Amino acid sequence: MRLEPREQPSLLITLLYPALAILATLVFAGILVSFSGANPFSVFFLVFKGAAGSQFAFLETLTRATPLIFTGLAAAVAFRAKLWNIGGEAQLYMGAVATIVFGTGLLPWPSPILVPILLVVSALAGALTLLGPAFLKVRFGVDEVVTTLLLNFIVILFVSLLLEGPLKDPMGLGWPQTKKVIAEAQLPKLIQGKRLHFGFILALAAAIIVWIVNTRMALGYEMKAVGFSPRAARFAGMKVDRIMLKTALLSGGLAGLAGLSEVAGLKGNLTLDLSPGFGYAGIVVAMLALLHPLGVVAAAIFVAGIFVGADAMSRSAQVPSYIAQVMVATALLAMVTALMFTRYRLRWK
Amino acid sequence: MTDTVLKLERISKRFGPLLANDAISFDLKRGEIVALLGENGAGKTTLMNILFGHYVADEGAISVAGRALPPGQPHAAIEAGIGMVHQHFTLADNLTVLDNIMLGTEKPWRLHSAKGEARQRLNRLAEDFGLLVAPDKTVAELSVGERQRVEILKVLYREARILILDEPTAVLTPQESQTLFATLKKLTQKGLSIIFISHKLHEVLSVSDRIFVLRSGKLVAERPTKATTRQELAELMVGRPIAEPRIEPQVPGDVHVDVRSVTTSDGLERADLTLHGGEILGLAGVSGNGQTALANLLSGLTRPHSGSLHIFGEDAARWTPDIVTRRGIARIPEDRHAEGLIADMSVTENVIAELYREERFNKRGFLDWRAAEGFARDIIAKFDVKCPSPLARVRLLSGGNMQKLILGRTLSLTPRFILACQPARGLDIGAVAYVHEHLIEARKRGASVLLISDDLDEILNLSDRIAVIYRGRISKPLARRDVSIKELGLMMAGHGFGEGEAHAA
Amino acid sequence: MDALEILFSATLWAAAIRIASPLIFATLGELISERAGVLNLGIEGIMTVGAFAGWYTVYQGGDLWLGVVVAALAGAAFGLLHAVLVVPLGLSQHVTGIGITLFAASLTYYTYRLAFPEVTSPPKIEAFAPWPIPILSDIPFLGEALFRQTPLTYLAFIAAGLVGWFLYRTPAGLAVRTAGENPAAVEAQGIDVTKVRIAAVVAGSALMGIGGAFLTLSAFNSFYFEMVNGRGWIAIALVVFGSWRPGKALLGALLFAAFDAYQLRLQQLTGSFVPYQVFLMLPYALSILALILMSRRAAYPRALMIPYRKGER
Repeated sequence: MRLEPREQPSLLITLLYPALAILATLVFAGILVSFSGANPFSVFFLVFKGAAGSQFAFLETLTRATPLIFTGLAAAVAFRAKLWNIGGEAQLYMGAVATIVFGTGLLPWPSPILVPILLVVSALAGALTLLGPAFLKVRFGVDEVVTTLLLNFIVILFVSLLLEGPLKDPMGLGWPQTKKVIAEAQLPKLIQGKRLHFGFILALAAAIIVWIVNTRMALGYEMKAVGFSPRAARFAGMKVDRIMLKTALLSGGLAGLAGLSEVAGLKGNLTLDLSPGFGYAGIVVAMLALLHPLGVVAAAIFVAGIFVGADAMSRSAQVPSYIAQVMVATALLAMVTALMFTRYRLRWK
Repeated sequence: MTDTVLKLERISKRFGPLLANDAISFDLKRGEIVALLGENGAGKTTLMNILFGHYVADEGAISVAGRALPPGQPHAAIEAGIGMVHQHFTLADNLTVLDNIMLGTEKPWRLHSAKGEARQRLNRLAEDFGLLVAPDKTVAELSVGERQRVEILKVLYREARILILDEPTAVLTPQESQTLFATLKKLTQKGLSIIFISHKLHEVLSVSDRIFVLRSGKLVAERPTKATTRQELAELMVGRPIAEPRIEPQVPGDVHVDVRSVTTSDGLERADLTLHGGEILGLAGVSGNGQTALANLLSGLTRPHSGSLHIFGEDAARWTPDIVTRRGIARIPEDRHAEGLIADMSVTENVIAELYREERFNKRGFLDWRAAEGFARDIIAKFDVKCPSPLARVRLLSGGNMQKLILGRTLSLTPRFILACQPARGLDIGAVAYVHEHLIEARKRGASVLLISDDLDEILNLSDRIAVIYRGRISKPLARRDVSIKELGLMMAGHGFGEGEAHAA
Repeated sequence: MDALEILFSATLWAAAIRIASPLIFATLGELISERAGVLNLGIEGIMTVGAFAGWYTVYQGGDLWLGVVVAALAGAAFGLLHAVLVVPLGLSQHVTGIGITLFAASLTYYTYRLAFPEVTSPPKIEAFAPWPIPILSDIPFLGEALFRQTPLTYLAFIAAGLVGWFLYRTPAGLAVRTAGENPAAVEAQGIDVTKVRIAAVVAGSALMGIGGAFLTLSAFNSFYFEMVNGRGWIAIALVVFGSWRPGKALLGALLFAAFDAYQLRLQQLTGSFVPYQVFLMLPYALSILALILMSRRAAYPRALMIPYRKGER
């Protein structure tokens, strides 16, 4: 059995296989759901309703999509250069920490000055968190998958330490949580009385910026080349190490912004459960989007919809909400397989 | 005793749009050495891969000593007594010689490998055939010639009666090639039959009994070796009379490249080299003797540990590849797939890989893709690169067209110095002639050309002066007319590189 | 006890060996896979599956050893999925591995919640009891440290020996090693590289499953969410640290576990001076350090992560 590259896949092929992937995901999830005794179709309907069936639901989906757009972009930018950044979680939390440090009263300045400063420091915090593993990769050849992963555990413990120590809210009744950010630091809500906040707009802007970098800027071209072939890139004169480090700064910065967005836009303070795995979900979002920045927005909304919908669904049906994660993981594997089949043909000899 | 040991009947194989083998039939008799001759891309290796079971033919049948050979199963081929010595050695460098040879020879579910017995058997075999090796050395420690011996022993250990050798002399010095041919004769005396794949006419004439010529996937001729000539074979191979390139003698100009006593961490040892404008200097040598290190040095990928490097009069020791390009130096990389081009990017994206920092393509960090595409179209037209469009992925181009693209990209710099590493490797004769033409033309224009190649014919055809590289040291260059193949062969094997001898004033 | 006394106490070393056991299984499993040329980032998820599968089997009335077998099979099943996607189909080993981890873990949690919808604290089972080895367990110091462990721990050490024997002294092991060095060399000897790689990944994943089961069947006696807690990733670091050799990997696991056991006890000593989080961080930080130290002299399998496509240049 071997794989033969297709010369120019037809439009049918490019659409057919991903569609099959989505179908396979739904069928598999349906089977799992039926083990709980519920009717798969009514469950899917409830999920859809919970994700987009009302204005409230849809806004909730967009709110949940906001951090996923940031972490999805972070993963997409990094993976495109074959920098396997699995540390989105850590970078997000460090961005959140920076937001708290600077946004809870240290700088009592008006919004138009304070918010941009918070953007910068949270992005910087995220960037520096990834810079360590990236530097180790570039200088010592240390595999960044493991270092970024292990750093996730270290950073969560570090945050726990901060929450019980220097950043603890004295008015917090003893819970490990920080003070709330001051009013000037808060990202305004987009619609009165709803949870959707300005972070969503920032996320969209970030996606557009990444898209411009990828398609129109020399840096985007360099990252793509280095991702495909560091050897050829080096031969052509590109400074591969420097490009890798720039990629790390960009990627980490985007994940850091996710932390800012959740703290200053939604929660107001920092607790240990700020991120229910946004960093890891971002990786799935990036892969589903085929690493395309605008695709990341769509994939983030899709994945957020599944999570929000599943949450709502599991309140009424007796299906565990973990079905959402199973669906997302299945979609990832199915999509990557489908993508391969759009580029290669299977030959039995 | 001339019974047929192997018969291929009307073998055809298609890869997508490409018909690699077109109804090829041939036979092999016991004790014969048959040569399969053809230029790169003619379909020789594909045919042998089908014989060995790596591929399954679309049509046709193979029989060994009258019995049909089940297709697509290398172990069936091995059991039928077919052994293949691949062009690119199939050895695991980090494992020992014994390990490499034992692999696959014992029943897979044995609980204990019988290493002692295997070692004894190997040593006996090695003595019988005069192919001495040290079973417990790792392959990484062996020289290229020794590795080939291991490849041959691997095949003999499995009691092969039919041996296929795919371009075996590509990595040998002329003397080592002679030794190989003597070994092959010895093998046929013991009753083995041999298929020898090559694109080198003189070898094929000296070692084989019969010659089959392949061209564009078809078998175009069969000749008894004694009844044919170089001329006839060359024409059969290419399908038209070929002219040798003509090089008019000219006076060399100023010193362009001056390497003095350079040692690098990746293989150069006090190497000296001087290159003048308007000349082609051919650097011969068995691959693995420092050619890559020299190319890396001149490309700006490595720095000299000691010694000095001057290019166009400037100190070039700290240059990086982008500076090298800016100074008007063209580089044709040794490995066009891994270094020269990025297969999954488009022609346009590849063409500006060395130039994207220039103002005509880069305005304050933003790339002007329209200008880039225009540039790509220029090169496609000027260098006759066959591709669907400037936006097509480079992966779809043939080897020859890829090389033309690299050539076009790098010659667009109007370079004063061209570093050409194995520029004709793997190309068909048409593409080879094309590349050579451009090198000659550049020389005429006054550029200096360093031609690093393991193909002695290429070096002898093109160079004004010839030097040999051995273990990181470079011999004093000799004018082409002053040097013989025999001498070159000896130098490639290390003669004249002793301490204190090498660089006479 | 003071810090130095702890270091030389038998209880410390007994704890170290206990803590090392799941790591040993996991590291051996990843090692076999990487030696054949396949990176298996699904390890964390596969260990989770093993932990749950083993525990659930016992919960449903099965024998403890049956639980181990089921855990191995469950691990092997997910390993097979990874292998099929990555070897014949040639998908990215990084992406697929992470996908498998997410898939396996989420499937496990879903199944758990399906089986125990209302439960807040997970039900307990009767885990493996320690099996003191007669005579040997009475040796002062060594007896308490080494020979009063649970059967799964003994199995871990035996497994290390077996894997070493397999890789270096059997024909099948040679095929595995060569597949990771130069797959073309394997094909040239008539062996199907695809089969070898798939088999290695599946076998390795079975070991990973057992490593996960150790947590529920021996170390603890219940299944918690996130109980694997990064051990899979640490195992990957240990493979590098052990230069892909079973003996060194075993030592690495022991060293690491000793350190982990030590910091747990140090915590109790220093009390409120140093926040406990610092101690918990140390194992992960140590793994990163180990990676840095060993990466300089990486003797990695040459064909690791390079998919083999017949005839493609």
